[in-house]
Amino acid sequence: MTLLIKNGHLVDAAQKLDGAGYVFIKDGSIAASAPGTPPASLHPDDVIDARGMLVTPGFIDLHVHLREPGQESKETIESGCRAAVAGGFASIVCMPNTVPTIDHASIVKFVHLEAQRVGLANVFPAGTVSRDREGKELADIGELATAGVVALTDDGAPVMDAGLMLRALEYARMFGIAVMDHCEDPQLTNFGVMNEGFYSTKLGLRGIPSVCEDVMVARDILLAEYTGGRIHIQHISTAHAVRMVREAKQRGVHVTCEVTPHHFSLTDAALSDYDTNFKMRPPLRAEEDRAALLRGIADGTIDAIATDHAPHTDTDKNVEFDYAADGVIGLESALPVAYTKLVKEGALPLMRLVELLTCGPAAIIGKDKKGTLRPGADADVTIWNPNASYTIDAGAFRSKARNCPFHGWAVNGKVIRTIVAGETKYEAV
Amino acid sequence: MAWTKKDLLDLEYLTAEEITTILDTARSFYEVSTRTIKKVPALRGKTVVNLFYEASTRTRASFEIAEKRLSADVLNVNVSVSSVTKGETLLDTVKNLCAYKIDVIVIRHSVSGSPLYLARNIEASVINAGDGAHEHPTQALLDIYTLRERLGELKGRQIAIVGDIAHSRVARSNIWGLTKLGAKVTVVAPPTLVPRDIERMGVAVSHRLDEAIARADAVNMLRIQREREKQTLFPSLREYSKLFGLDEEKIKDLPEGMLVMHPGPINRGVEISGAVADGPHSVILEQVTNGLAVRMAVLFLVAGGTSLHPESLGT
Ligand SMILES: [Zn+2]
Repeated sequence: MTLLIKNGHLVDAAQKLDGAGYVFIKDGSIAASAPGTPPASLHPDDVIDARGMLVTPGFIDLHVHLREPGQESKETIESGCRAAVAGGFASIVCMPNTVPTIDHASIVKFVHLEAQRVGLANVFPAGTVSRDREGKELADIGELATAGVVALTDDGAPVMDAGLMLRALEYARMFGIAVMDHCEDPQLTNFGVMNEGFYSTKLGLRGIPSVCEDVMVARDILLAEYTGGRIHIQHISTAHAVRMVREAKQRGVHVTCEVTPHHFSLTDAALSDYDTNFKMRPPLRAEEDRAALLRGIADGTIDAIATDHAPHTDTDKNVEFDYAADGVIGLESALPVAYTKLVKEGALPLMRLVELLTCGPAAIIGKDKKGTLRPGADADVTIWNPNASYTIDAGAFRSKARNCPFHGWAVNGKVIRTIVAGETKYEAV
Repeated sequence: MAWTKKDLLDLEYLTAEEITTILDTARSFYEVSTRTIKKVPALRGKTVVNLFYEASTRTRASFEIAEKRLSADVLNVNVSVSSVTKGETLLDTVKNLCAYKIDVIVIRHSVSGSPLYLARNIEASVINAGDGAHEHPTQALLDIYTLRERLGELKGRQIAIVGDIAHSRVARSNIWGLTKLGAKVTVVAPPTLVPRDIERMGVAVSHRLDEAIARADAVNMLRIQREREKQTLFPSLREYSKLFGLDEEKIKDLPEGMLVMHPGPINRGVEISGAVADGPHSVILEQVTNGLAVRMAVLFLVAGGTSLHPESLGT
């Protein structure tokens, strides 16, 4: 089975490829990707004409809550995967804060089997750091790693016990996987519901000080440096955290980080009318923080764009502000928001955006056959139209959830086709 | 100036003119309560629901008396937190009430933003009777009414607000209202009770009660609400009282006309001594009386009233 994608504009950050070219796919792998026109010797079974389109490696999202098992009214592996491929994501890392948590090989197996049955995106589960995500004792990390988890995280909660984090970083080293941390000291969060600052003061909402993230990022960097382990900072949101990651990278610490589209495109000013679709953790921060995130994106401090896709039902969100669940969805809005805010309205080179969505995240989960169009790589390809301009309509999303902070935004950048292992899994109508 | 708003949710988004309209209307209603028959038919045929998700004796009593003096039909609904956790949502509760074609909902809720959330979802008028640490617009309006009666023009006047600014909806509403009318506001509290970036609301911050009251035309002493705290924000009530409580010693050299206010209920001996609360500077009971007139005015205006002369409504 062969497929030729021709006439498109190839952007592959891993190969520093940026220009008109073609991709030739054979049996689920990339057989060739090169500038120019395809040689006449190719006799593909199928041809896709990507004229006017960008052809990039399939996107990878390091941070997705699929909610299954346990909270299927919010999302399922099936609905989440539909949302993923509609958003151009060929691969997603699903968070282990399900019910039960992904702290056993049997749950990893369940997620793999269900994802296989659905047959849309590649689903890579993350396992928990601690048993039942309780932060008390290590989960069976070796068993999880053998079952195929690509990272460890207690996401939704930080690993507060520094001793446990130290042991997790040491122990995970032998399996070559990163420990990912949701950095937030709950003593400092102190029941806060939005960023602490002028807006929380004015709105009378309990504030979450940015320093609650900073102290944990500082601690994690020191622990990673001491142990030689790999730490990945999830959904980085503050100026100080970005600065510390930058400095740590310069010292050679094995630290990486991801940023969400909502944190680099919105601030706490968006909470002004108490809309719970802007409530998440970490919260939308101040403009200075957002500016620091943009600098971190530009200078390479930030390694990946991840959505923290956190689906909730209307019942979870349509309540008084304090009672509303934390989190927003992001799979189907990530590309247009990132492209519009960073490339079109910002000054970010397109190549860098592609890196943040492809080989950047691939490296963090050690998938060297993902995130690139290099010959031999898995044939995950996203074809998208940077010029398409439209309005984001959360009502039309494939996700079960509608808690999208970008509903109604005028954007550019539309996913036209998502190919996973050589097969088209999504095609725009 | 004619009132056009369906709801009264906050003072932040009112103009100085709208605030003045409420205060002027309140002045007309003040007279009603001095009559032998303290009732006007202004809201006859209208139904007002007092929906309280937080215990309150004073504010609820004030609203209820105001509603009755305006001849409204009144229903009191007190929702305890235990039945909230049993399941019916705020919106379900209110939509049920709205099915009776009620006209006004007066809501008190412990979660900031709840009145706005309701106002966006229902047709009835919503009056905020205090939401979390956000706003308590009728309390601030009655404070401002009292200040205007005593001081006249508020432009350039120095008002100190003392106490738990961080958790106080009274403070926020007073700050918006007073600064819109040109007064200079200083908030006075230990740093742990001053919320971040409050200067951007147009106020000065002081940690010295003596300095702040020395130049104040009026001082508003907030209730210390230890029950709202989730962490220790000051060492003890004893220490708080020494540093920030108003007693005769601290007030003895101040000019006679300096006004002492308190939104109640008072913790005597904590933020204010009994002698000061009952002393010559205190206008605390005037605030209560004025509150009735202010709430009558607000109910009247949001329910669609336009006449500023309740006399013309007969008795
Ligand atoms: Zn998280």
